[in-house]
This record gives sequence, C-alpha cells and structure tokens, in this order.
Amino acid sequence: MNTFFTAFLDNLPQVLSGLGVTAESTVLGALVAGVLAFVLGLMAGHRNIVVRGVSRTVVEFFRGTSLYVQLFWLYFALPLLTGYQLSALFCGVVAFGLNFGAYGSEVVRGGISAVPRAQWEAAVALNLSPYQRMRRVILPQALAQMIPSFTNLLIQLLKATPLLWLISAADLMTVIQQLRDRTGESLVAYLTLLVFYFVLAYVLTLLMNLLERAAKARLGEHTGTRGLLRSRSAAAAESVPVVPGGAS
Amino acid sequence: MNGSKFDWGAARDVLPLLLHGFLTTLLATVLGTLVAAVLGLVIAIARRAPSRLVTAPVRAVMEFVRSTPLLVQLVGAAAVFSSVDPLVIGIVVLGIHYATYTSEVYRAGIDAVPRGQWEACRALSMSPRRTWQAVVLPQAVRNVLPALGNYAISMFKETPFLAVITVEEIVFEARKYGSDHFAYTEAFTLAGLIFLVASYPTSLLMRKLEKRLGH
Repeated sequence: MNTFFTAFLDNLPQVLSGLGVTAESTVLGALVAGVLAFVLGLMAGHRNIVVRGVSRTVVEFFRGTSLYVQLFWLYFALPLLTGYQLSALFCGVVAFGLNFGAYGSEVVRGGISAVPRAQWEAAVALNLSPYQRMRRVILPQALAQMIPSFTNLLIQLLKATPLLWLISAADLMTVIQQLRDRTGESLVAYLTLLVFYFVLAYVLTLLMNLLERAAKARLGEHTGTRGLLRSRSAAAAESVPVVPGGAS
Repeated sequence: MNGSKFDWGAARDVLPLLLHGFLTTLLATVLGTLVAAVLGLVIAIARRAPSRLVTAPVRAVMEFVRSTPLLVQLVGAAAVFSSVDPLVIGIVVLGIHYATYTSEVYRAGIDAVPRGQWEACRALSMSPRRTWQAVVLPQAVRNVLPALGNYAISMFKETPFLAVITVEEIVFEARKYGSDHFAYTEAFTLAGLIFLVASYPTSLLMRKLEKRLGH
C-alpha cells in the first residue's frame, strides 16, 4: 500500500482532530457571519441615514480589504498594539465572521428588498408593529430567497479555512501537510486534501438545500426530494455581490 | 512595551516595498484574469458540446475545482511542479480556479441568446464554427464584461495567497518587513489600506459600467 495512506491511517486521530478544527472554525465563523449579516443587512434598510451610513462603511471596509490581510492583522499586528495575543482559532473565527458577514449583509439586504411592496403595505394595513411585520411577514419570505446565496458564501468560508494553517492552527490542511512532509508524496497528499474539502462542501450544500426546502415549506411551496441532491446553482454563484451596492 | 503604538517611521520605510510588491500583485491579477477569461469561454463552449462524453467530465472537473480551496490548489501545484516559477504557477492556478466561475457567466450569456438565432443559423446552413463566431458569441460576450470585472476584483483580493508559494507580492513584502523589523502593525495596516484604495474605486467603476450596459 501507498506510504502516504499508511501514514494517513496510522495518524487517523490527528487527521480527525484537524478535521474537527476545520469544521469548528467553519461553523463558528458562519454563526458570527450570519448574525453580523442580519445586523448589518437590517441596518442597511433603516430609515436613519446615520445607521445606514455606519452599515455601509463597515461593509465596504471588510469587503475592500483582503480577508488574508484581515486575518494576519488580527493575529500578528493586533497583539503588538494591545499586548494581548488572541488564539489562532479565535482570530480565524473573528476574521471569517467579519469578512463573510459583510458579504452576507448584501444578501440580506437584497433578499429583504426583493419582497414585494404589497406585502409591506398589507402588513401596515393589518396594523402589525414594525417588529411583527419583519418577523412574521417579510423575513420568512426573504429567507427562502437568501438561502442559495448563503450556501455559496458558506462554501467560500469553508474554502477560506486553510488560511488557518498560516497562523499555525492545527487544521486539516496543517495535519495533511505534516503527513506529506513525512512521506514526501505531494501529489497523493494534496489530492486527498482536495477530496476532503470537496466532500465537506457537498455535505454543507446538502444541508443548506434541506434548510431551503424547510424555509419554502413554511411559505406553502413544497418542493420534491430530487432537488436536494443538486449542487450549487450557477445563478446563485453570480448573485454573490462583489460590487458596492451589490446586485440591485 | 516598545511596539505598542503606530510607528510612522516604519510605515514610511515599508511603503516603497509594499508598492513594489503591489506591481507583482497587479501583474498576477491581470494575467490571471486573462487566463480565466479565455479558459472560461472554452469551458462554456465545451459544456454545450453535443456529446455527454465531453460535457460530463468537464462538468465534474469544474465542480471539483470550484468546491475546493484555492490555497490548497496553489500549494499543491507548487509542490508537485516544484521546478516551475512560482509566479507562473500562481497565475495559472488563479486563472483555472476563476475560469470555473467565469464559465458560468459565459454560459448564462450563451443561454440568453434566443433559440431562434441558432435555428436561423441552421436554416442558413452555417458551420458550427461560424455559428459561434459570427452569431452567438458576439451577442453572448457583450454583457459579460462587468461580471468579469467583478471576478477580477475578487481575484485581486485573493492574490495574497501567492505569498505562500513565495511570490514576492504585497503580503509577502509585508510579512518579510514585519518579521525583520518586528513591525507587523505598520506593514499589515498599510497593506490592507492599499487593497482598499485599489479595490474600492475599481468596484465603483464596475458598478457604473453595469448601469451603463443596463443591468
């Protein structure tokens, strides 16, 4: 048997722990990003121009500076300013959260503004409070539309996690590279690593498809089980806005 | 602690190095975008090939490249092809990775060409080559430009990955200066600002272009 796979099986606990770090940073990063996306996205639709301005500035700042630079700044530069060293995993979660939260806020903003005006007017006519209007009428409809774009961002986040290797968190990439260094089999090692990420991405896509189905079912649109196995749609890949102001 | 505030002297020292690295960043972005633009079109056309023997493998490879991290692809390619110049590897890998995105843009453009146009070509008994060249592509590619520009901006923000395979671009210079002079704060703050200053106006420009083309 191939020496790489022998080493792989011998060091299975380390591989699994690396996989754990990758999964943990993806999930925690996505949670921070999700919360931030909704806060910034709702702020972007606020009446007050100051609130909108703050949201716009934060979003443009974190989208405009590279994620890589942000991560390095948190890990290397911030401790020199404050004298307090944050753990690598914590830096990763914060940087992923801020960066993808900024991108996600555009998805939230777009999803909310895509809900037909009549829905808002109907909610006002029924004398719903602004909170009830958002919670009961607008968000359930907007959410179903946002999920495909969120799926894409989630995969992007997963694809960003190997950056943790550069700030010496023992993620999947770090562990597999250690095995490569020991066996010298670059091609097999990196292909294995790519397959790992591919499978993780597919699993995340399936989970998000389930979520989308549930969100649509709440609106009374029932979709079949066939669509669950589909990979990410091309249209959604383009709807991740890169331009300030986003897809409008 | 000595390094506890922003040192303007260090900032002045590091700026020329960063700007020099920025040229490499720019070069990688421009050439990478070129590869992505050409290869993306090839993939988009291959995916409309009549035989499933062509479309199925192309689709599978595309899905795989699109779903796996650029960083792993870069480091893996650099390790396997260790005799090739890292900048060339960087440009090719960036180009291939982004070609999987741009091919979707082209595909949408091609799908938007009305069926009647294809049928008219057949009625005029035009060769497939001429159908693509004279009828389909001129209509499909026109509206693709802003999307390509947006991907160029995303690629620009991912070029720091090239530092990992020792291409001496902006983040590479920042890391080097940071570790040599223990001045990470100044180096990374300026590197971040350069990215912001370069990418924000370009994004605004792309938005204008999109509006002009009526998106």
